[in-house]
Amino acid sequence: MPDDLINSFMTGPDEKGRFGDFGGRFVSETLMPLILELEAQYEHAKTDPDFWAEMDWLWKHYVGRPSPLYYAERLTERLGGAKIYFKRDELNHTGAHKINNVLGQIILARRMGKTRIIAETGAGQHGVATATVCAKFGLKCVVYMGAHDVERQAPNVFRMKLLGAEVVPVTSGRGTLKDAMNDALRDWVTNVRDTFYCIGTVAGPHPYPAMVRDFQSIIGKETREQMMEAEGRLPDTIIAAIGGGSNAMGLFYPFLDDKDVAIIGVEAGGKGVNEKMEHCASLTGGRPGVLHGNRTYLLQDEDGQILEGYSISAGLDYPGIGPEHAWLHDVGRAQYVSITDAEALEAFKVCCETEGIIPALEPSHALAHVLKIAPDLPKDHLLVMNLCGRGDKDIFTVARALGWDMQG
Amino acid sequence: MTRIDDTFARLRAEGKKAFVAYVMAGDPDYETSREIVLGLPGAGVDIIELGLPFTDPMADGPTIQLAGQRALEAGQTLDRTLDIARALRATGDETPIVMMGYYNPIYSRGVATFLEEARAAGIDGLIVVDLPPEEDDELCLPAQAAGLNFIRLATPTTDDKRLPKVLTNTSGFVYYVSITGITGAAAAQATDVGPEVARIKAQTDLPVIVGFGIKTPEAAQAIAGVADGAVVGSAIVERIGKGEPVADVLAYVRALADGAHRG
Repeated sequence: MPDDLINSFMTGPDEKGRFGDFGGRFVSETLMPLILELEAQYEHAKTDPDFWAEMDWLWKHYVGRPSPLYYAERLTERLGGAKIYFKRDELNHTGAHKINNVLGQIILARRMGKTRIIAETGAGQHGVATATVCAKFGLKCVVYMGAHDVERQAPNVFRMKLLGAEVVPVTSGRGTLKDAMNDALRDWVTNVRDTFYCIGTVAGPHPYPAMVRDFQSIIGKETREQMMEAEGRLPDTIIAAIGGGSNAMGLFYPFLDDKDVAIIGVEAGGKGVNEKMEHCASLTGGRPGVLHGNRTYLLQDEDGQILEGYSISAGLDYPGIGPEHAWLHDVGRAQYVSITDAEALEAFKVCCETEGIIPALEPSHALAHVLKIAPDLPKDHLLVMNLCGRGDKDIFTVARALGWDMQG
Repeated sequence: MTRIDDTFARLRAEGKKAFVAYVMAGDPDYETSREIVLGLPGAGVDIIELGLPFTDPMADGPTIQLAGQRALEAGQTLDRTLDIARALRATGDETPIVMMGYYNPIYSRGVATFLEEARAAGIDGLIVVDLPPEEDDELCLPAQAAGLNFIRLATPTTDDKRLPKVLTNTSGFVYYVSITGITGAAAAQATDVGPEVARIKAQTDLPVIVGFGIKTPEAAQAIAGVADGAVVGSAIVERIGKGEPVADVLAYVRALADGAHRG
């Protein structure tokens, strides 16, 4: 642990919402007063014991936290190296880590007197979590989802509708998460008075990246305690998949100042990080730019036009990454790698067959990297992978990709 | 004094309100767009807002989004947008050009390089939608130092407490967005806009131009009547998008300009 705050990696963002040069508040004037009000309300809530008491109660009784830290014994034996643990956030209510953050934002929205909630969603997990919490509190919910994603994540679309949300398919652009976020911002700029924008990842204008990180940090806090209990020490390596990067930031943040803990983020390599940009690896294949309210690494052409990217996983199909990840990448505190569709599919199968867990395609990317590095690590190396979502939503995509007939 | 300042001084002397027209550079293609821009001064346009296309125009409605897509698909770039400004200046025309768009294409070029190129191309001012006063160090202050006006949007959510922050470092004119919403949405009524313009003018000597949702010469006249001028964008862009001949587009612009000038 560093002895003073100057050497800490946990002090960001600064008062301008920056992590180093990344982050900020790049939004239109109409939204600026709303963002400042949100910041003030969040700063207040953050130090209010009542706020956290409500969160803790809901996390325990509604979400089912703490999620287990599970020793993946058969996988460990199969790989023959590092001792592998899964942080089981796929066991949360609604099947992913997304609800950790949604609860925080909706409680805040209620405190602010907002009656209408909007959200963007890629894989649909954030949309489902938002629709769920809105149903619980009787709030109107509108979810923007790329038309392409509506098609490939049909089960989640149906879930959102069951929960009473309005799902708006977005046809601009290529119809993925980026375009959904554009339309959510357009809605917000139009309905400023009664609407709260519940962002699903550690991106967007300040204070969203910090706020979402703080809500998701429950993952890393629990992991610390659970690992101390299980092994009497901290893990050696922690790994998570990254689209915008909220599950990863949640796991990483409480470990940032533990310099002996290696941190690895796994981006979606799609068909391979190449010049054709058929991937979503913003850090590996992008460069700094400004989109959706923050400066971060983006997939873009030489004229600053944003590229669409590609991934089999709708949840990772985003051309940017949270600004804190961009900063951790630049200062070298975390390492970022990429995994292709094919590697993720292989890991998906391995997880099903060796652990009896059907993972979402998003954490399958993180698992694929575990499969790569674990065999070469010593047996006493403690490795934690965030199993941030379950794979029920992905079975159709996987069946198609593997050429399986679901009836047969 | 920039060309924008000169234009407002002239209009004041003539007792006329300003008419500002927005078109997307490169929409539907470079040649047509260039022809339209070169025709705007003759159609009575006092200030040209030249849209810089961007893939993710998060404050724009479908009309401007589609215009940007058409332009990008036709191969429009930042360089070719500057080419259109150069083409107008090459005719000797001094109508002010305000480049309007989003920050990333500018950031990608590099702020210092961009400002040098924009100024040399004859651009007079910038409206960058996603740069609020909180980010003034990025482009606003360097632009002013380079002699370009940085025009800010004020909106119905910009209350009296925030207004001074928005007006500081704003130059050329203030663009009052008359509704909360995206471009091309329903128009505000002049009766509602008047008090808002007065509220802004109480805190600045800059001209206040009002836009968003104006579609007819009558609306342009009514809005200009309660402000220093009116902006029309989506309604013009919609006609360009329908493939109307350039002469018809310019005739429509002429009618709007006449309306605003009567305001």
